[in-house]
Amino acid sequence: MNPVSLTIDGARSAVQERKATAVALAEAHYTRIQKEDGQIGAFLTLSKERAMQQADRIDRMIAEGKPLPALAGVPVGIKDVMSTRGVRTTAGSKILEKYVPPYDCTAVARLEAAGAVVLGKMNCDEFAMGSSNENSGYGPVRNPRDLTRVPGGSSGGSAAAVAADMAVFTLGSDTGGSVRQPASFCGVVGLMPTYGRVSRYGLIAFASSLDHIGPLTKTVKDAAIVLQTIAGRDPMDTTSADVPVPDYVAELDKPIRGLKLGVAKEYFGEGLDEEIRAAVENAIEKLKGLGCEIVPVSLPHTPYAIPTYYLIATAEASSNLARYDGVRYSHRALGVKTLSEMYRRSRDEGFGPEVKRRIMLGTYALSAGYYDAYYLKAQKVRTLLTRDFDSAFAKVDAIVTPTSPTAAFRLGEKSNDPLSMYLADIYTVTADLAGIPGISVPCGETREKLPIGLQILGKHFDEGTILRVAHAFERAA
Amino acid sequence: MKVTEQDVAYVADLANLELTEDERRSMLRDLNSILDYVDRLNELDTSNVPPMAQVSDRYGVDEAKQGSERFTYASREDVLEGLRKSLPHNEALANAPDPDENYFRVPKVIER
Repeated sequence: MNPVSLTIDGARSAVQERKATAVALAEAHYTRIQKEDGQIGAFLTLSKERAMQQADRIDRMIAEGKPLPALAGVPVGIKDVMSTRGVRTTAGSKILEKYVPPYDCTAVARLEAAGAVVLGKMNCDEFAMGSSNENSGYGPVRNPRDLTRVPGGSSGGSAAAVAADMAVFTLGSDTGGSVRQPASFCGVVGLMPTYGRVSRYGLIAFASSLDHIGPLTKTVKDAAIVLQTIAGRDPMDTTSADVPVPDYVAELDKPIRGLKLGVAKEYFGEGLDEEIRAAVENAIEKLKGLGCEIVPVSLPHTPYAIPTYYLIATAEASSNLARYDGVRYSHRALGVKTLSEMYRRSRDEGFGPEVKRRIMLGTYALSAGYYDAYYLKAQKVRTLLTRDFDSAFAKVDAIVTPTSPTAAFRLGEKSNDPLSMYLADIYTVTADLAGIPGISVPCGETREKLPIGLQILGKHFDEGTILRVAHAFERAA
Repeated sequence: MKVTEQDVAYVADLANLELTEDERRSMLRDLNSILDYVDRLNELDTSNVPPMAQVSDRYGVDEAKQGSERFTYASREDVLEGLRKSLPHNEALANAPDPDENYFRVPKVIER
């Protein structure tokens, strides 16, 4: 048994059957991190003390013959936008370089209550703003498949760590594609649940109406297990939905024969790399072979998704990031004379270029005289994009698309052109805007051995169906 | 060009950012390029389309109910020590760059 190539099931049974202790599993992962992460850069902070205490607790439960929870002894990494009590949480930003939260994010607390062992915090684009992880205040993450390439973003560290066997699974966050796109770039599974399915309490806010927490895993089944654990109403987040949580793992083995899968031409147009197109079309054929009916659907407002997203996300961000004022917990500039100077200089020193760009764009879009033309206009187009999905889902059970128009690009390739970087999210932002769930599952490789992702989008609160389709595809692949 | 140097200065002021000369120049270029791109939204007639601010006002709620009635599940008793206990002073101040015993200290606000 290789302790660092285990799935959640594998890790839990290893612990349960006493093939390995939880402490030994955690140690094996730390050894792996020490060996591999120097060149990848996926972890920002290690939480060894907390991990070992938890592993020890699990080992004692086994010794006492107590029943083990679903994630007992399973090592996990947490994207550094989720608050962890007593463990530094930076959001990838220098403005929070010394921030140690006094409370835990609900999703993290639920994982630990289910026995998971938190190894540490994952590198990411600053405040989750980016598609390549090059916007981190702490240096980029490199793609384990090819160290000259980006892992995707913003959950780049979360995806790279799973791909390089430095964690059994990780949590990421998805505002415009930040779980699914890096999952596709690194060749792992990434699930964005329905908006409201998982509590956002303790998730450092980027764009509150678009932010989602979701798992990055080695298998679809693992994604179902994690969702099972973190989903459900949380009184600490008023937008967390009061909708019952089904048994996602039981859903996996239901047949997919007869399911109607939509294919929208808007996701196969200009800008889609030919190798990606071929791999995704091949995947669709495979799903057809598994008994699914392929149905053409139209999502006509798709070309308007990126401009809509960048107005809404930046407007919300400009408001959310106003809290970093250097007073209570963020970086404060030295040698300032007035309060106003303190705010400005602290924010100037603490925020990186992309964050400043988005704060500026969002502030502009919300400012007097421009609100109707930009922000309100974008909110109306958001309605149109959501109606596109409503009509499509009246005809089909799920929609299949490429996750990203290209495979992983090289470091530096797009970092000087914000707009070309924004277009990397062209197939993923729509689901964030509509609040529907989506999953990226590996569906092949390019000639250069770079992973390709298949995206499956579902109806609101119908994660069961997209997990089931992804699981059947994964087993047939 | 939609955004001028004056606009950049005005918006930076609203956002409590100072920005260096270099940053202002690149901001001018980037904002104009992004705003040119988002202009394509004007191809759409949205005069009869309601704005969408949230997903949660459409999904995961009892559709038969209207307005705030839909979200009664999200309300709670207004009690002093409800869901979360208040943080003790020392914890609340632990991350402060310049704490006093019980306060966050900031530079002088009012000149006299």
